Amino acid sequence: MARFSLTSDRAGVAWLGLLALSLAAFPWYKGVPLVSGPASSALAEALSGRGWFWPLIAAVAALGMVSLTRRWQQSMLALGLTLGALVVFIWQGFAVGLRGPSAEWVGAAFALAGDGQAGLGWGGFLAGIALVGLLSDLVAARGFCRGERFAAFCITAIVALLTVFVFFPILKLGVAAFIDPDGNLALATFWSRLSAPDLWGMRCFVGAGRCGVVVNTVVLGVLSASLATALGLALALLVNRTDFRAKRALRAISILPIITPPFVVGVAIILLFGRTGLVTGWGADLMGVRPSRWVYGLPGILIAQVLAFAPVTFLVLLSTLEAINPTLEEAARTLGAKATTTFRTVTWPLLRPGLAAAFLLAFIESLADFGNPIVLGGGYEVLSVKIFFAVVGARYDLGNAATLAMILLALTLIAFWLQMRWMGKKSYVTVTGKSDAGLAAPLPPILKIAVLAVVLPWVVFTLAVYIIIAAGGFVTDIGRWDLTPTLGHLVTAFRFEIAETGLELYGSAWDSMLTTLWVAGIAAPLTTLVGILTAWLVARQDFAGRRAFEFGTMLSFAIPGTVVGVSYVAAFNIPPVDITGTAAILIICFIFRNMPVGMRAGLAALAQIDKSMEEASQTMGAGGATTLRRVVLPLIRPAVFTALVYSFVTAMTAVSAVIFLVSARHNMATAYIMGRVEAGEYALAIAYSAVLMIVMILCVAVIQFIVGTRKLGRRQELQGRAATEPAE
Amino acid sequence: MTIKHVSAAVLAAAGLTVAIPATAQADELVLYCSVQEEWCRAMSEAFQRETGINVLMTRRSSGETYAQIAAEAEQPRGDVWWGGTGDPHLQAAQEGLTAEYRSPMLEQMQDWSVRQAETSGYRTVGIYAGGLGFGYNSELVTENPPACWADLLDSRFADDVQVANPNSSGTSYTMLATMVQLMGEDEAFAYLAELHNNISQYTQSGSAPIRAAATGETAIGIVFMHDAVAQTVQGAPIVAVAPCEGTGYEVGSMSIIEGGPNPDAAQTFYDWALTPEAQEIGAANNSFQIPSNVNSATPEAAPRLEDITLIDYNFALYGSSEERSRLLQRWDADIGSLPQ
Repeated sequence: MARFSLTSDRAGVAWLGLLALSLAAFPWYKGVPLVSGPASSALAEALSGRGWFWPLIAAVAALGMVSLTRRWQQSMLALGLTLGALVVFIWQGFAVGLRGPSAEWVGAAFALAGDGQAGLGWGGFLAGIALVGLLSDLVAARGFCRGERFAAFCITAIVALLTVFVFFPILKLGVAAFIDPDGNLALATFWSRLSAPDLWGMRCFVGAGRCGVVVNTVVLGVLSASLATALGLALALLVNRTDFRAKRALRAISILPIITPPFVVGVAIILLFGRTGLVTGWGADLMGVRPSRWVYGLPGILIAQVLAFAPVTFLVLLSTLEAINPTLEEAARTLGAKATTTFRTVTWPLLRPGLAAAFLLAFIESLADFGNPIVLGGGYEVLSVKIFFAVVGARYDLGNAATLAMILLALTLIAFWLQMRWMGKKSYVTVTGKSDAGLAAPLPPILKIAVLAVVLPWVVFTLAVYIIIAAGGFVTDIGRWDLTPTLGHLVTAFRFEIAETGLELYGSAWDSMLTTLWVAGIAAPLTTLVGILTAWLVARQDFAGRRAFEFGTMLSFAIPGTVVGVSYVAAFNIPPVDITGTAAILIICFIFRNMPVGMRAGLAALAQIDKSMEEASQTMGAGGATTLRRVVLPLIRPAVFTALVYSFVTAMTAVSAVIFLVSARHNMATAYIMGRVEAGEYALAIAYSAVLMIVMILCVAVIQFIVGTRKLGRRQELQGRAATEPAE
Repeated sequence: MTIKHVSAAVLAAAGLTVAIPATAQADELVLYCSVQEEWCRAMSEAFQRETGINVLMTRRSSGETYAQIAAEAEQPRGDVWWGGTGDPHLQAAQEGLTAEYRSPMLEQMQDWSVRQAETSGYRTVGIYAGGLGFGYNSELVTENPPACWADLLDSRFADDVQVANPNSSGTSYTMLATMVQLMGEDEAFAYLAELHNNISQYTQSGSAPIRAAATGETAIGIVFMHDAVAQTVQGAPIVAVAPCEGTGYEVGSMSIIEGGPNPDAAQTFYDWALTPEAQEIGAANNSFQIPSNVNSATPEAAPRLEDITLIDYNFALYGSSEERSRLLQRWDADIGSLPQ
């Protein structure tokens, strides 16, 4: 029997078979175990009176008959029937809700509609997947994606997933911005919210008061992203282009802020720079002034954000720097260019994809940052916090939250568009598959001094912050500088006993810790998969609507977590997709929020790799999937590593989206920490965070082991040192 | 590569099984709790021990819980909302999100608790009360400590007073409504504008001002007095003050969510939570509010309501959405826009 694969023509028949099975043999509704089989399938439901299934069953039966003809996959009839089946599938999910029909004629046409229907289960979801697969197969047969079935399936599947889990909840919430609670169109309210003076004021620039919230947010974002990118670049240059001796230690320290749970860094910064802080005290004594609260406001948030985002920009820029072809730099040197000229004219332009990706990521993260402005913000209002309090503050105003979220989204759009313009259409290819035995140029001395001058103070500062965090868990109350050592907080959180029945966990923190670990453990690989796959699709496949597709994937990342959380609860609390209160909703939320990081890292990496290697692979007969797996993925390992680490730690440290999605059975670590910080129990929060960080370090090490390092066949020495190496 | 393949496959398989939602078991209660974590946990465990009903408890602040209940309105997942300041409970009652229930325990409740129930049409009931006031750091304010609202306007406290932003905090909104009822609306806003000169920061969270005072980041924090007492009991140099002119108070409440999955267990919990034994759990968990059952013992450190001059706080008026929005908009225009 010939081998079965997605790329063969038998794929269409397989999808049709799965569709038929899910209608006839699997239970359609949720809450029914798989083993009860055909008795609760859609077919059985239709036969027992739930007539709204008949259109779908009829469409599938018709498709079955069409599939018996030759070359059915290219016929318009098959495509039309599949699209019709998809439409009917969606219709029947919304036509009858939990408590009855959603429209009068449905209730009139189908007697049993009055009983309502439950959410989709095995049969429902598998039918959806099969329909998407069949659709992708048919459009590929008609020439979409140049007939490449694997790519067509990936695109269709991702578009479908985005529609269900990103566009649908956001649209449902976005409608709240325009429609008031009574159900009437309220454009005037929308306009008055949008143009509220406290959003757009510019008075702070002329020293006459406060600036609007949007202005604050943009200023913070731009400053934060610029400083974080500069710092990340300095770190990457230091690690990759100099013979700095403590490279491994530097890499380890730079990863620390990524794995820090929210609020903790803010608390540590207050301990250092607040009015009663260490450094403020010394500074005030030195200068003879009264200690002030200078850190509350823009300075404090900026410090915390640059500290938090430098690791991400560092990772992205490092992988870009490592991939730059040294032969180009060697050629420049051979032609007589000085070190500074080489850097300025060869290295710097080739860094553009990395710089663009790093800046965009840091900017969007700053826009979405919630924990730092809350702790350190003082009177400096930013959009993410304003949105949070529009939902949970003294006035529950979902319409206002939705309007503000739209503004945030618009800011992201603009940043994204600017980034595209800056990158332009130039080629940044430097990994070509031909051997490049050249050596990278070391940094020009003046640049090396500049880099060291930036990095060393940052190292000192980071160490100070983390020493405080580490100490805070083991002393009685670091907030009031009560430094008596104690293990009390650890005991409260992680008490356990070894009894006859095995390990008994008593501490209050075990529950959330274990749940967080396995939810993050499942979400991270899936997030990376979707992110890298999307990057490959956008960078390598040519299809209609590519830019829109790329932008659509960024949406969920850009929307503030509070809005995502509330919109998910509202959208997925009722059939057809009824998953509130499960771990699935947490995982799905993480996947679609964090997927863009993997995508941007993947895109930056793919921009550096020459297409000729993949073309060679495909010329020799490998399909899209095989090429992806065996040629592309090994070459973009650093991007995969970045994506995995980032999605894992973000899942472990996400806050604002998670607040509304946790349930009693699935409580997350950050909800626990936030509760502690709210109650003022900083020591317990810090102790818990310290343990969480150690666990995350171990996991990052495991990820490093699984992903491995990229071997580009390049030499690691720098120019000017090679003469002392023995010849091979 | 094999290890990596296998681990990838295992992770994928685990991922698939997760999509199956857990089915509810019999004899459960889904509790949305809005007070401190230890108190929530102690209540759930006590109820579970007493009745054998499995309690699934989630802890969120009262604003978050209200947003959650509103978002879940079409298929409610929670049974009881216990704790948290009274205004969101009154709003939920107004919106029809909570169910009407007259507990047999109502006869044993203090009159402020019964008034809360009546205001909401018996959709909520008061479970504790706490007076509004302020706390000062005795190491920073060594002589002539403030005792009245008027004392806070003293210029020696410049940049040394903190209170929350009323848009984000129920505590601060209670202060705003208290001032309006104490002085009259225009006078209240004049007072707040003058106080603004001494305010170092309008915090987001309601209890952040007293935490800042405890560590010395500020000298005075305007909060509910039980929050100040909680800091003192933990060893901070905080002194709680009930303002001499008179002050308002909050009535922490409990409501049954309309349409929840376990209505019988909800009523069992409701009745149990109003018993003296259940109400005294708070004192053992660092909470210093006054419980609502007349037979409950009041925590020793708690400020007694009889010792405080309380105004006749009109919860019905100032808990309504219209009045709340109007006052908050005026605050934004008159106070929130002032330069810092």
